[in-house]
Amino acid sequence: MADTAAVSHGEGTGTGLSNNKLLMWVFLGSECLLFGGLISTYLIYRSRFGDGPAPGDVFDIPFTSVSSFVLLMSSLTMVLALSALQRGDIRNNRVWLLATALLGSLFIGGQVYEFTTFVREGLTYSTSPFSSAFFTLTGFHGVHVSLGIVMLMSLLISSLRGTLTKERSETVEIVGLYWHFVDVVWIFIFTVIYLVPSPTS
Amino acid sequence: MSETMEIEAPARPIGVYTRPKGNTGWRDWITTVDHKKIGILYGATAMVFFAIGGLEALLIRLQLATPNGTVLGADTYNRVFTMHGVTMVFMVIMPLAAAFANYLLPLQIGARDVAFPRLNALSFWVFLAGGLFLNMAWIVGDAPDGGWFAYAPNTGMIFSPGKGMDYYALGLQIMGIASLMSAMNLIVTVLNMRAPGMTLFKMPVFTWMILVVQFLLLFAVPVITVALFLLLFDRNFGANFFNPEMGADPLLWQHLFWIFGHPEVYILILPSFGIISEVIPTFSRKPIFGYPFMVFSGIAIGFMGWGVWAHHMFVSGIGPISVAAFSVSTMFIAVPTGVKILNWLATMWGGKIRFNTPMLFASGVVSMFTIGGLSGVTHSLAPADTQQTDTYYIVAHFHYVIFGGALLGIFAGFYFWWPKCFGHLLGEKLGKWNFWLMLVGFNMTFGPMHILGLQGMSRRIDSYSPGFGFEFWNMFASVGAFVITLGVLMFVINIIASARKARHEPPVGPDPWDARSPEWFTPNPTPVHNFDEVIQISSLDEFWHRKYGEDEDGRVVRVATAEEVCQDGSATDTHLPSPSYWPLVLASGLPFVGFGLIYTLWFCVPGAVLIFMAIYGWIFEPVDDPDGPHGHGHHDDGDDHDDGPPEETSDEATAETAEEAPVG
Repeated sequence: MADTAAVSHGEGTGTGLSNNKLLMWVFLGSECLLFGGLISTYLIYRSRFGDGPAPGDVFDIPFTSVSSFVLLMSSLTMVLALSALQRGDIRNNRVWLLATALLGSLFIGGQVYEFTTFVREGLTYSTSPFSSAFFTLTGFHGVHVSLGIVMLMSLLISSLRGTLTKERSETVEIVGLYWHFVDVVWIFIFTVIYLVPSPTS
Repeated sequence: MSETMEIEAPARPIGVYTRPKGNTGWRDWITTVDHKKIGILYGATAMVFFAIGGLEALLIRLQLATPNGTVLGADTYNRVFTMHGVTMVFMVIMPLAAAFANYLLPLQIGARDVAFPRLNALSFWVFLAGGLFLNMAWIVGDAPDGGWFAYAPNTGMIFSPGKGMDYYALGLQIMGIASLMSAMNLIVTVLNMRAPGMTLFKMPVFTWMILVVQFLLLFAVPVITVALFLLLFDRNFGANFFNPEMGADPLLWQHLFWIFGHPEVYILILPSFGIISEVIPTFSRKPIFGYPFMVFSGIAIGFMGWGVWAHHMFVSGIGPISVAAFSVSTMFIAVPTGVKILNWLATMWGGKIRFNTPMLFASGVVSMFTIGGLSGVTHSLAPADTQQTDTYYIVAHFHYVIFGGALLGIFAGFYFWWPKCFGHLLGEKLGKWNFWLMLVGFNMTFGPMHILGLQGMSRRIDSYSPGFGFEFWNMFASVGAFVITLGVLMFVINIIASARKARHEPPVGPDPWDARSPEWFTPNPTPVHNFDEVIQISSLDEFWHRKYGEDEDGRVVRVATAEEVCQDGSATDTHLPSPSYWPLVLASGLPFVGFGLIYTLWFCVPGAVLIFMAIYGWIFEPVDDPDGPHGHGHHDDGDDHDDGPPEETSDEATAETAEEAPVG
């Protein structure tokens, strides 16, 4: 086999991508079907709210739009973090990694606030097929964002220990792939759940 | 990607972060990251589950041998047929295919190992944890009883109040993680690590079919992951996905399950198609007929497999337009399968066929799968299917494809590659007994089920009354089941007898079958480092082309002996990935999480501790043990530590892990 040092940087591999990066791409392909299944379930159940609150009754679209904007901006900071490390700018890399993690946490905070508000308004997990599908879909997305935050914080710790150097920028790139994917999925979820006119009771 | 600690190459790791040493004894087997040993582990484990699933099958046939059977009660019968199906699909055929894929795929593409050796070990241990977890349901006396397809709402809390369906959902979830990790690993391996010169269209057909299967797994597993989560949340957290009283759609489960379930049947059959596509050319002494057609029909099956799922639901009320559409798509998918059968026949046509045991099993696949495929086409006609649904005709059909297709193909693979794995041949005489007993027993058992089904005998019933004309064929089928058992016993005896005999005989040569594909460049059994030197591929059937050339009249002549072409396995400077405890530790945490979700969340604590410990152990252990069992010569120290350290996300569906690229 070719020299492995080259393989780990994607030279001499069949696809020109390193094994690690290709693994992440393949994994994200699989994730598409996970969210595909959950989004389909939501679409089937969005108007099946029974006696409980209808989607149109509870959604606060301006609020969710703001938190969506926050999440999308975190993709920008992620790009800046990678670009900083690729230039060898460790300090800015740390700043932007932290900013990305904070924006992600802000989004999760918004989701927690939204969930509690809905429960107070009488939309619990067991209220109707709509409520189960809504909480499951957005909850799965929230878990993905949270895992992304764990990865970002791990990168940050690694950087503070001095092991996240320019040569290792591909690691940041791979975490970035995951982070952007989670953002793109949110664009679909936001459109399907909030922007498409929702039924009201 | 995660917290990392750069460990200096020469520094001796301390305490818990020491990597296991040595490559002998049981400790080697539980810490190995060698794709060959993992393949053997997959195979051995699957054969144990095969014995369990077979025992369940015999109980079913004992119960149904006579009218008003009393061997099992109705409840136990439901559990037994459910677990028979789940075991045979998820714990026998899939891991047996994984066994062949693990062992052979790196060899067929000329690689040192898979792309992520520790992740590969993790896949196996997670699979084993899931299989044991699911079978644990027998021990607590609450095995799943809702059929392998587990139709909700029948499997919801109202109709299945026991814990059985929770074991089902969590057990399949755990095994799904294993399949997904293995699929990602093998896809990266095939796409990135082929030997120089091996373009995609010079890959052996087996490698191609395994690649297609891994893509099917990659996209199908998350769909059943979703379905299983919804079922679990319904049963345990009060969700309303499958509760029609609350307005839920009773067909949602069926759709999600079969969107996974139909690709799943191709996941079961395509590895066998790959195996016999290696066996048939070798024993016909001809190249595979229409290699591009073989490859593209496999890819076509992979694509079309996603568009036929609702033919499992023709009688569930999906509406005439859906029925018509899925009827047509189901007829179409027979085309690429037919292409394959014709190509196998054309490969045999005019060849100098040797009917050794592998070839017998391969011909068994071609003929038996054709029967199963044809009865499958009869299901595509919705009016006929309406009559056949839920009768023994369906049972006959899927056993002809899964037993007659997938399992016989796997046996062909056993006989063909046994010398590659163990350095000696399986006995031909016992092999022929094995084949004929299995073939005859199989046709005795499942052939009459076509008749029973068309006579109206329902699937899944635990007994039937006398006087419907079911008695004779049921008894006949039950006798057949014991003939199959005899056939399988012959296989077990053959393993033991041939291993004993091999001790007193000279080792089998490097090329017992006059084979064609690159895995035979390594000596038998395969040395731990696989290839002594990188092989250069210039054509399909590279190994054969180095043995044979043409004389001036264009006739095929032998130009080299196998001994000349084959590597002798004497290299000592190959760098091997070090073994690791952590895949086993991580996998052992998962069943505890499962018990926690079923009984009390406190059980999750030890599970979480084990998983957490394993993830950190995994991250911190040095990529290579300085004293590890790799070769003596050169170390690519430069690359050992610069690579992404393992990163872990224990996601609900997967734990993806980046790991060192193995060194060749």
